[in-house]
Amino acid sequence: MADIKMLKEKATQIRKDIVTMICKSKSGHPGGSLSAADIVSTLYFNEMNIDPKNPKMADRDRFVLSKGHAAPVLYAALAEKGYFDKELLGTLRKFGSPLQGHPDMKKLPGIDISTGSLGQGLSVANGMALSAKLDNKTYRTYVLLGDGEVQEGQVWEAAMTSAHYKLDNVCAFLDSNNLQIDGNVDKVMGVEPLDDKWRAFGWNVIVIDGHNFEEILGALEAAKAHKGQPTMIIAKTTKGKGISFMENICGFHGVAPTPEETDKALEELKHVECCTN
Amino acid sequence: MSKKATRQAYGEALAELGRINKDVVVLEADLSKSTKTSIFQGEFPERHFNVGIAEADLMATAAGFATTGKIAFASTFAMFAAGRGFEQIRNTIAYPKLNVKIAPTHAGISVGEDGGSHQSVEDISLMRSIPGMVVLCPADAEETRQMVFAAAEYDGPVYLRSGRLDTEDIYKGTDYKFEIGIADTLKEGIDVTLAATGMLVHEAMEAAKTLEAEGISVRVINVSTIKPLDGPTILKAAQETKFIVTCEEHSVIGGLGGAISEFLGETHPTLVKKLGIYDKFGQSGTGNQLLDEYGLRAKDIVAKVKESM
Repeated sequence: MADIKMLKEKATQIRKDIVTMICKSKSGHPGGSLSAADIVSTLYFNEMNIDPKNPKMADRDRFVLSKGHAAPVLYAALAEKGYFDKELLGTLRKFGSPLQGHPDMKKLPGIDISTGSLGQGLSVANGMALSAKLDNKTYRTYVLLGDGEVQEGQVWEAAMTSAHYKLDNVCAFLDSNNLQIDGNVDKVMGVEPLDDKWRAFGWNVIVIDGHNFEEILGALEAAKAHKGQPTMIIAKTTKGKGISFMENICGFHGVAPTPEETDKALEELKHVECCTN
Repeated sequence: MSKKATRQAYGEALAELGRINKDVVVLEADLSKSTKTSIFQGEFPERHFNVGIAEADLMATAAGFATTGKIAFASTFAMFAAGRGFEQIRNTIAYPKLNVKIAPTHAGISVGEDGGSHQSVEDISLMRSIPGMVVLCPADAEETRQMVFAAAEYDGPVYLRSGRLDTEDIYKGTDYKFEIGIADTLKEGIDVTLAATGMLVHEAMEAAKTLEAEGISVRVINVSTIKPLDGPTILKAAQETKFIVTCEEHSVIGGLGGAISEFLGETHPTLVKKLGIYDKFGQSGTGNQLLDEYGLRAKDIVAKVKESM
């Protein structure tokens, strides 16, 4: 049984680390990092077969952060998991730091593929998953896409490939927070109905509340049990989740919180911690 | 002399490589009969992956394979590999230095009848500008074969460009050994150096015969690795001959001519005349008609040399 209390604590710690590191770097993407924090926590602290002491373990599960601008959520999770010293988080986006603006697999342990240019992660995940099938390996490949990101045509090329090759070892999350840089996703370039689209592309689709750990865990189990098709978990999320004044605020897509805002955010998260305890 | 298209040699070499290296996988975007990866597919269907007409997906899927230790060859036409797939190659293959071999066929105008939309004269320039990318352009079938093996040996991204048209053999039956980064001096000479790549190497050799008959001493170098450029060999040619003529089935902007000019501009300023395609698109016709029309023949090289003497 998954320890939901532990997962909540991990997610809260990751949120604290996200706002702290972005505040320190005065640059980064808090909104979409916070919306994905519960999904990423569940993957790193319950789901994936990984070993921080052996980041290149051949049969490890893979994680592809296709929405690479949410790098802070991945960095926070990796640090919390023990891939590197937490002190490093303070170097985010700074000259010489392995914590590049977008994930760089050559600089930081635990990054399975460099990302940042949107729309390419699912294709990469397919390559990893096809390789696993070819070698009869059982590792799974997880991908996190943004909802604005699926405006990229390549996502749908890749969606066809996953389904065509029956990649049931691919499990994607769509972080559906309905905001992108220029505004609401439906205003900038509508992507709905997402569930019908992915179903029509041959995927097993599960729609969940992306901040409800029971639902995240349930969807991951269902994805593993489903054979012959890749699974897309459409996670309805809130951009900036967990910090009241950031929630659903488009301006926090790619703008760092001030030190005052960060103090306030950490205070709020401290309160969340008390409640979960 | 016998002839074979470098794409045919590519397809055959890939299958040969597949027999000895089980880590080789081949990705394709619905052109396997044209790119000749169908030969590999015939022997190793389980290691041949068609992603459909989706070149962006092709490149990034190959990158995914490479992260798991596979040597991934990705093939389509040069136009769609270097053109359509540029950003995927740049960000998802080259930026993380993944072991993907981008090996398109149908490079240059000798594609022929398909016309200008399918004739890549910019791919060398595009690929050469990507940090760390190795850029290879074989002179004939035998060199293509050796390049496939050398690319597989090399750990990192490689661009290997081959052509559709039958190409005269240069190395068949010789003891030539291709090495990445080493240009091959096919003929010594002291008046002028012809630095050629791809099927223009044969044209350069023919041009040299004509020029020699007229008393002009010609050095011919096959620059089959365009990046990294063989600096010492090019520098030596610049020092020992009066000027250089570069010969390529590619735009004169950013290709072999560009590479040699950039290098000599900094090391040994030398007159570099470029024979290639001057800011033009291709068009329909037979490959041979187009090579005539765009001035990529031995006689054009001869004229270029004479006008510069």
